[in-house]
Amino acid sequence: MFGMNTVIRIIVSGILLAAGMFAGLGQDISMILYLASYIAVGYPVFIDFFRALYNRRPLDENFLMTVASMGAFLIGEYHEGIILLIFFQVGELFEKYAVDRSRRSISSLVDLLPEHVNLVADGEVVVSAPEDIRLDDIIIIRPGERIPLDGIVTDGSSMVDASSITGESVPRRASAGDTVLSGCISTNGVLTVRVTSLYSDSTASRIISMIEDAYEAKSRSENFVTKFARYYTPFVVLSALLLAIIPPLVLGDPFNEWIYRALTFLVISCPCALVISVPLAFFGGIGGASRAGILVKGGNYLEALAGVDTVVFDKTGTLTEGTFDVEKIIPKDIGENELLKFAAYAEFHSNHPIAVSIRKAYGREIDNSAVLSSEEIAGSGIKAIISGREVLIGNESFMAKSGIGFERPDDFGTGVYVGIDGEYKGCLIISDRIRKDSKDAVAMLKHIGINNIAMLTGDIRSVGEHVAESLGIDSVYADLLPADKISIVEKLISEGRSVAFVGDGINDAPSLARSDVGIAMGGMGSDAAVEAADIVIMDDVPSKVPLAIKVAKKTRSIAMENIIFALGVKALFLVLGMFGYISMVEAVFADVGVSVIAILNSIRTLRTKEINLGRSSERQRISAQESSNDPPITLS
Amino acid sequence: MRYTYRLDNLCCASCAANIEIAVNKIDGVESAKVAFMTTRLTLEADESRIDSIEPKISKCIRKIEPHIKMRRA
Repeated sequence: MFGMNTVIRIIVSGILLAAGMFAGLGQDISMILYLASYIAVGYPVFIDFFRALYNRRPLDENFLMTVASMGAFLIGEYHEGIILLIFFQVGELFEKYAVDRSRRSISSLVDLLPEHVNLVADGEVVVSAPEDIRLDDIIIIRPGERIPLDGIVTDGSSMVDASSITGESVPRRASAGDTVLSGCISTNGVLTVRVTSLYSDSTASRIISMIEDAYEAKSRSENFVTKFARYYTPFVVLSALLLAIIPPLVLGDPFNEWIYRALTFLVISCPCALVISVPLAFFGGIGGASRAGILVKGGNYLEALAGVDTVVFDKTGTLTEGTFDVEKIIPKDIGENELLKFAAYAEFHSNHPIAVSIRKAYGREIDNSAVLSSEEIAGSGIKAIISGREVLIGNESFMAKSGIGFERPDDFGTGVYVGIDGEYKGCLIISDRIRKDSKDAVAMLKHIGINNIAMLTGDIRSVGEHVAESLGIDSVYADLLPADKISIVEKLISEGRSVAFVGDGINDAPSLARSDVGIAMGGMGSDAAVEAADIVIMDDVPSKVPLAIKVAKKTRSIAMENIIFALGVKALFLVLGMFGYISMVEAVFADVGVSVIAILNSIRTLRTKEINLGRSSERQRISAQESSNDPPITLS
Repeated sequence: MRYTYRLDNLCCASCAANIEIAVNKIDGVESAKVAFMTTRLTLEADESRIDSIEPKISKCIRKIEPHIKMRRA
């Protein structure tokens, strides 16, 4: 192993150095020991240096260390040259360790795919690779196993832990007929599942490729660091050269002193601390967020999110559950149940969420043969013949158009009016449940300093205002057509605000794409919304929006800390080195130390737990339990 | 077509950057990216030429960092 090898070389080199220094041997023999020590510790560095030279890209850290240590040897500072290389390689070991560790913790995050599947073929269970499974194959998932592919349970029942997919910690029961998602763990029962997705289309594969793609979309800070490193090293090398030549010529000082200072310069010129730690911070931030059920599609989006000052929510499906309930029945000259029955029959063929809610409220079986004809008039309502009577059901304008005199009730919610044989028979008030933690989400956003919160809805103004008021949102835009949403987002952006848009529907997709940061609800959300968004909240919990912003702010501040810290220490040491106040060994110690500290600082971003455990955690748990009737998440 | 590879033993950010620059220069590669943290090389390349491009990439990586092993992800 590379690591072990390095340790042995460092020890051998150290012993040789100590022998040369303290064994009291003659100068020639000491010299030979020093050279042996030098070569033992340095040869891989020299090899890398010559290879880089051959590839015509010589200005890397191997170049710096080779030149600095050889220079030290030539001016008679043997010990310094050797110790320099020893420290340099100890530092590299540390760096490698830190990077390995964070790589491992990331890969454990995305370790969602099991390596084999229990396939049922001809009545026998065969172990096979997930890639070979076809649609409609039957697979078996044993207790404790990860679900390899999306599918529908055909037999058995088990508590399924979806925490690695949605961040939701409360397991849900899955039994025959339920959809289960790849990446979740079946905890206690045996499930027989009919596969509904190929390996490459499964939820877990999609999440993994989204997370991995995320690391390739680089943030501005990362780009800054890369660019900076490109100019920094040549600049310092040039300065070192000038420092070695000009002062001795001008001041007439001895060359050795200034060459030593120039070499110290070289040692400090390595930009490793920045080049590794800043991308690592974003890497950790994305990883930590995904552990909390928030998928961030790139470091740039995390950075943009940290700067957001305005959050715009879509109402239906985002702040509310998007599942409707019949809240109230207001009959006129007809029994309440009778009215509901006519309504349910009329809505029999419709898939509109409101129709579904009416049938659900009716709750009994509908006699298909009683519905003679039904015609859905988009945006208005339905005209149906039921048991020989003409039933009209729909909104206000539909009633007005059909010449039915209706009465508008005082209640909040969407009114669905019913007319039978040309006469007004009453109204159903349908309302959408507000998500349990929508209010907390708004309060937490205000708490972290985001005071511009707006809600957009296609619903009528009174409903919109009622919802906004109960959530504490000050600004409401109601009666919107899909195209209006994007123009409001554009208006806010043109006012110089940095806008995050949170939505779920297909009609939200343009706004999600247009806003500075688009956040989609991954569970309720349409494929188009998930695709267009920059950030996806896997379990539809609105309070994940402020959580995501907190993670983003923390990540950005850690990246900034590292940039300032590393540049500050380097600038300080460059100045000290120039005036001869520090030795080369101190310089390499500073350089390696800064790298290690910056890397350790970056790893902090992985831990979203402490943020998560704040005020919000209790609420999230409650809402997770209460929303356990939600449909399972689907990723496009 | 998009192709993904793992670069095992990729150990420094500057090697990753150098490899990215070098692979981008290979004839037939439309765009290439190396993510240091995930050790992943992603490239867009012509499907009909990938068989001749692949050995060129691995040769190019060997030249820059001999200890890195490239494999298909």
